[in-house]
Amino acid sequence: MNVAAFFLEQPGRPTPPWVGRFWLCLLFVLLALLCNVVLGGSAVFTAGGWEAVWKFRAVFWKGWQLTIVISTVSLVLSFLLGSVAALLRRSPILPLRSLSVLYVELIRGTPLLTQILFLYYAVAASVGLQNRLVAGVLILSLFSGAYLSEMIRAGIEAVPASQRESARAIGLTPWQCYRFVILPQALRQILPPLAGQFASLIKDSSLLSIIGIGEFTLAAQQVNSATYRTLESYLPLALGYLLLTLPVSLLSKALERRLRHEA
Amino acid sequence: MKLELHGIIKSFLSEGKPQRALDGVTFVSEFPHVLALIGPSGGGKSTLLRILAGLTAPDSGEVRIDGALLPTSERELRATRSRLGVVFQSFNLFPHMTALANVMLPLVRVHGMPETEAKERALQIMERLGLADHAGKYPLQLSGGQSQRVAIARALAPKPRLLLFDEPTSALDPEMTAEVLALIAELRESHTPMILVTHEIGFARRIADRIAFLAEGRVLEERLAGDFFSSPGTEEARRFLAKVLAY
Repeated sequence: MNVAAFFLEQPGRPTPPWVGRFWLCLLFVLLALLCNVVLGGSAVFTAGGWEAVWKFRAVFWKGWQLTIVISTVSLVLSFLLGSVAALLRRSPILPLRSLSVLYVELIRGTPLLTQILFLYYAVAASVGLQNRLVAGVLILSLFSGAYLSEMIRAGIEAVPASQRESARAIGLTPWQCYRFVILPQALRQILPPLAGQFASLIKDSSLLSIIGIGEFTLAAQQVNSATYRTLESYLPLALGYLLLTLPVSLLSKALERRLRHEA
Repeated sequence: MKLELHGIIKSFLSEGKPQRALDGVTFVSEFPHVLALIGPSGGGKSTLLRILAGLTAPDSGEVRIDGALLPTSERELRATRSRLGVVFQSFNLFPHMTALANVMLPLVRVHGMPETEAKERALQIMERLGLADHAGKYPLQLSGGQSQRVAIARALAPKPRLLLFDEPTSALDPEMTAEVLALIAELRESHTPMILVTHEIGFARRIADRIAFLAEGRVLEERLAGDFFSSPGTEEARRFLAKVLAY
């Protein structure tokens, strides 16, 4: 192969997949070296810092596991909630449509932090919901569902009306039409933003630490107050969240390939 | 097949004002194989076909197919639709399914046929329509003519009592048009009656038993195909034929 193909995408000549991977790895190594140079001379990481934090690895491990549980359940719940809200938004029944608009606008227009505090201390308490984990998962699902509903709605509306017409003509019920004709096509369209929203959801779960849910971020806070090693306590968070969000985007890319109609 | 229409009116909103697409369509037609609906563009042919297909209900008037009144409620219309086959101008295949899955979908989901039986029936019909090699392909991999044949297979698979074609060759180039028209002509002998909206006047003349001529939202005449072309009964039909047959 010629040298140019190593740097430039050329029309009519497919770039081998390993070229992209090579650049990705090279940039990662450069980034690591840069970090080493910049931080090597700084006084931020003092001796014994990592050892002090390493003693608390079990705290991190437990928090990370809880974050996985919270994220997974919220992911499923928010997708259901988002789908329902998207369908209500298209409902011929006007009060339901307005309900969906109100939900989406209120949630998307206010900070998640405020929602967590208000819904947990005011609403959950007054309806007698004591379990903070359950409350936290519900609040997070409610939050993410609003964003998902707009994506799902956009996906549904991108499917041409002739598809619905054709589904009706062969005698499918409205539900079957969604299930077999509209949603599979809509899903394919919105997979990239959907994966992004799921990654956001995983990171947003960190805010649940403020109502005392012992997830990953709270674990880091605890380690920090026990060791006074701030950066050493919080840097593992970056790695831990990356380990959760990267598989989501890899999975979405794999699904995207599988759902490609031309395949 | 006997088709009876009485006083069909259908309006649409166009730029805020109601526009009558069908303005009292009344006619009776009895035909063994094919009824062709022809007439100038904007005359209401496609709207009438959509009503016959149960896709939309008229504002007023009634339709009887072999004596049975076409229902007006959506739920009953759905049952009616499942017993009719419709072929659209732009094929409307489902792009995320293979050709075979497209043909199987109504069999399995609407008619409750077991997968294996549905697959057998679908493959059998696709083979008959010359699609045996294309069963595993996705619609984007098919030519226009092949797509329309798959759409015909999908409409035909549940053994409908009536097949409706809405300008089935308007989106095709001449070669593929010929391919699809040949297939429709072949289906004529299959004992499934057909109603055909078409711009292919020469084809309508060759294949149709009877012609219904639609203009300005009404059926102006309904006659034996031979009679219609040799001596049209209305001034509108005469002018229409003179125009389309001039070249």
